[in-house]
Amino acid sequence: MSDEEDDLILDELSDEELVLQMHDDLYDGMADEIDEAVRILLKRNWLPYDVLTKALVEGMRIVGIDFRDGILFVPEVLLAAGAMKKGMGILKPLLIETGAPQLGKMVIGTVKGDIHDIGKNLVAMMMEGAGFEVVDLGINNPVDDYIDALKREKADILGMSALLTTTMPYMKIVIDTMVEQGIRDDYIVLVGGAPLNEEFGKAIGSDAYCRDAAVAVETAKEFMARKHNQL
Amino acid sequence: MNLLSKLLAEKDWLMADGATGTNLFNRGLEAGEAPELWNVDQPDKIRALYQDAVDAGSDIFLTNSFGGTAARLKLHNAQDRVRELSKAAAELGREVADKAGRPVVVAGSVGPTGEIFEPLGPLSHAAAVDMFQEQGAALLEGGADVLWLETISAPEEYKAAAEAFANIDAPWVGTMSFDTAGRTMMGLTSSDMVGMVQGLDNRPLGFGANCGVGASDLLRTIRGFAEANPELPIIAKGNAGIPKFVHGHIHYDGTPELMGQYAVMVRNSGAKIIGGCCGTMPEHLVAMRKALEETPMGPAPTDEEIQAVLGGFSSDSDGTGEATAPKRIRRRQK
Repeated sequence: MSDEEDDLILDELSDEELVLQMHDDLYDGMADEIDEAVRILLKRNWLPYDVLTKALVEGMRIVGIDFRDGILFVPEVLLAAGAMKKGMGILKPLLIETGAPQLGKMVIGTVKGDIHDIGKNLVAMMMEGAGFEVVDLGINNPVDDYIDALKREKADILGMSALLTTTMPYMKIVIDTMVEQGIRDDYIVLVGGAPLNEEFGKAIGSDAYCRDAAVAVETAKEFMARKHNQL
Repeated sequence: MNLLSKLLAEKDWLMADGATGTNLFNRGLEAGEAPELWNVDQPDKIRALYQDAVDAGSDIFLTNSFGGTAARLKLHNAQDRVRELSKAAAELGREVADKAGRPVVVAGSVGPTGEIFEPLGPLSHAAAVDMFQEQGAALLEGGADVLWLETISAPEEYKAAAEAFANIDAPWVGTMSFDTAGRTMMGLTSSDMVGMVQGLDNRPLGFGANCGVGASDLLRTIRGFAEANPELPIIAKGNAGIPKFVHGHIHYDGTPELMGQYAVMVRNSGAKIIGGCCGTMPEHLVAMRKALEETPMGPAPTDEEIQAVLGGFSSDSDGTGEATAPKRIRRRQK
């Protein structure tokens, strides 16, 4: 393997080649190259939404697969998410302008009693990296904080995280309160944290348990697609 | 010479302590509360926590200061109390150790900042060094014999702590948590860690693994260390099994008998300092001490033996040796 990296001129690639190259460059966390490639596609009259989904989101999907399979680890994934974010920075105003469908908005935080936030931070960074909008409520959130934020932000998804076995049951309190208020079905509820499992996620009435940040992103995308199909 | 170095020179193995969090929750710590506040607000309960470890036969116990860096205390709006809380943690420890009637090491626990290092995250190397130094100095001031860095995922964080502890001339050890397919969350393998630790300017007195997934995975990590022929003593502090949610309660599935077997197997794998982590109660420590004293040294256990006694691994491979998954071919690499 030799490093002939500088030889590649992005603007000389065909659209198809360039998109594949962007998938690679996202994988390698090359933010400047992603920035350049996004601008090239826009100049070639691509719709911002197509740049987002075909180039960036698809590239991050590949990163997610290798993270899930233990080929990539957190540092590489964060680099990739950083490159994605740079591309998003260009696209975001254009997406709003063109009224393109949003990928979705998530409110996330660790539950009341839980001060362990590194897992939650990773999910937030990767969700942003995948093109979602994320409102991070931080640690130790009582039920009202979640519900207020969901309404205020007009969010699609609620993400709750707990690392402690003593705090996981609080997730059920939040979900039960949403049911009482008749708003449970207005949101996709995803839960995560080291001691949780699928069975627990089901038992408390969440939509899904997400084993890690990559699974959270995939699950969020899947549920958002279903939601759009219902409309 | 510090007490830990002295004991390491005298004995074939040393027993450390068990869980801090699990034990404090059993004593009434409320979820969400910073355990470090109890060093000042509930000192009797912290004394009792330390005394339990001493009574169960530990040669070393860790102070209640895991979340005592400014970065962690900030989440409780107590970032200005780093010195006060860590100093108190060590003072209570000193008090208990000095009346133990035998040499017991007070190890000043230092946990991760919980933040991600630049350029991926917001934490700068200099800020991390400052925080570790501030906490380390307070623990020494309170009478800790050594500093005990634990549950680290990022090599950058381990190195920042090594530098901070060199600045205050503190003897130290440091363990990492291998919880992602046999690696740390940041992707470090057991053999990577040996290379990193031995390359430090300020080497620790010992290094190893704590927490992570279950005792099986931890044993495989310890074996990975030993296979890399480290020059420094290996530390093993595994969880008492895996937490299970049973009838609304959380229960770690490792019995005292199993933890006794874990202790012997991990010593046979090359560990010299042996303790437990989450879920490890005094009764587990008693069983571990007894098993270590009564069982002669034997060969390192095979994968099959580990899984038969302690349960299956969480992943097929631990990332050491031959690459298990093919790398993606990328277009820029010709």
